[in-house]
Amino acid sequence: MNIHAIRAIYRFEMARTGRTLLQSIASPVISTSLYFVVFGAAIGSRMVEIDGISYGAFIVPGLVMLSLLTESISNASFGIYMPKYSGTIYELLSAPVSVGEVILGYVGAAASKSIILGTLILATARLFVDYQIEHPLWMLGFLVLTSVTFSLFGFIIGVWADGFEKLQIVPMMVVTPLTFLGGSFYSIDMLPPVWQTVTLFNPVVYLISGFRWSFYGVSDVPVGISAAMTALFMLACVAVIHRMFATGYKLRT
Amino acid sequence: MSDDNAIISIRNLDKTYASGFTALKNINLDIRRGELFALLGPNGAGKTTLIGSVCGIVTPSGGRIHANGYDVVRDYRAARSLIGLVPQELATDGFESVWATVSFSRGLFGKPPNPAYIEQLLRDLSLWDKRHARIMELSGGMKRRVLIAKALSHEPEILFLDEPTAGVDVDLRRGMWEMVHGLRKRGVTIILTTHYIEEAEDMADRIGVINRGELVLVEDKHTLMAKLGKKQLTVYLQDPLNGLPAALARDGLEVSNDGYALTWTYDLHREHNDIAGLMRDLQAQGIHFRDLHTQQSSLEEIFVELVKERS
Repeated sequence: MNIHAIRAIYRFEMARTGRTLLQSIASPVISTSLYFVVFGAAIGSRMVEIDGISYGAFIVPGLVMLSLLTESISNASFGIYMPKYSGTIYELLSAPVSVGEVILGYVGAAASKSIILGTLILATARLFVDYQIEHPLWMLGFLVLTSVTFSLFGFIIGVWADGFEKLQIVPMMVVTPLTFLGGSFYSIDMLPPVWQTVTLFNPVVYLISGFRWSFYGVSDVPVGISAAMTALFMLACVAVIHRMFATGYKLRT
Repeated sequence: MSDDNAIISIRNLDKTYASGFTALKNINLDIRRGELFALLGPNGAGKTTLIGSVCGIVTPSGGRIHANGYDVVRDYRAARSLIGLVPQELATDGFESVWATVSFSRGLFGKPPNPAYIEQLLRDLSLWDKRHARIMELSGGMKRRVLIAKALSHEPEILFLDEPTAGVDVDLRRGMWEMVHGLRKRGVTIILTTHYIEEAEDMADRIGVINRGELVLVEDKHTLMAKLGKKQLTVYLQDPLNGLPAALARDGLEVSNDGYALTWTYDLHREHNDIAGLMRDLQAQGIHFRDLHTQQSSLEEIFVELVKERS
């Protein structure tokens, strides 16, 4: 295994975060804090409890997940798209690195940033909302699993995209709506029965449900199914990336 | 036929792009260990595709490539570790510092950090003073040197230089070629593409000419120049001639429009050019001359001729 290459890519990507701290860390933390202020402190105080949890506390896992998904995708897609855009991808393609090493470097860095971000958002949320974590290990597990999975998904988007518009279109047009409709701000029990069934086709429901369970012990779908669905999506992403590198899809001519 | 001393061996290499454009047609080529091989060809001839195929950037449609005995597809780790590439485009990470980007390249190619080596490399390329500068702040020539430093960061045995002096000023070009000489002395095999054919003429051991995806020829530089080069003798006359006297007639001899010069073009490899015979004939005809000038065709002229011939 080319450990030096993994380390080089990882450090390179983390250094990019260091240069863009305001954009990569501060900006999502501030925007999520605004959600807590508006939905948690202001509106939340006038809303009824959901599953015995105050509304402000109820939305914490969903909001963390919202940032985690969008930032994981954004970090990983940008990480691999930029070398393609600037032309420096030639170096990665001509280097003695395997697909696995490339994934560990790029996706590892993107996921690390997301985990740091998720932790910061949770710490910030504490300033506005009182919440507890019933299953801290599961919470950490979901945090890591989701960050890795959606960083892998972002990596795929970065390879696929051949312009900045494409880079933005999936997070904006697909992931954000799915997250909003995936139970970030409500329990799917609150929906009419038909929409409850439709919602189960939204993969983000499983992520938010599992993550919320690790906080309060209540979930829309069984936690085992949440974990299994996320793991399945992760494996699918790994398979797609492997295929992309094997065929040189949008990488090699 | 494979060369026992070959460090790169290319067999039956084809490349047809998805658009249907055939960039390489049945290329067979051996690059010898330690040589400087110049690959010449007009724009779009297939030079960069050929280099890309060896380095792993282009997926060949057919054929095999070995680097030091390693298949570049199957044993890509071993093969790529040996190779450094300076691309034609100035592709750099503008926001990175010189030091960071060169160190990154070394790591990417599987080498442990070696600050002393990187320092020496940057000093050799006159980049040491700029080590903390962001690449976007550097001039085009300096960016080119950064690319060379990146390519050399993992101490490769084979170096591809794809148009390394394009857009580089004369002083810098000279500096680069000094560095290339130094690398050759250390045994690094260098494959060069360039538009400045005089550079190939000065430095290369062997020349390959590629045109429309086909390797037109591969030849030792001196042999090529002797075989395909022409020499021209110009005799400047005291009085003009109205035409070429029959007694002087011979292949390649022409009289200028104003009648004041005779130009004789002959092949370098022909043993009996008989210049003395021409001089005797001139004297016998009472034609007096005031000056003589000889000129040998350059590699550039040979190259242009070759490409024109095969087009």
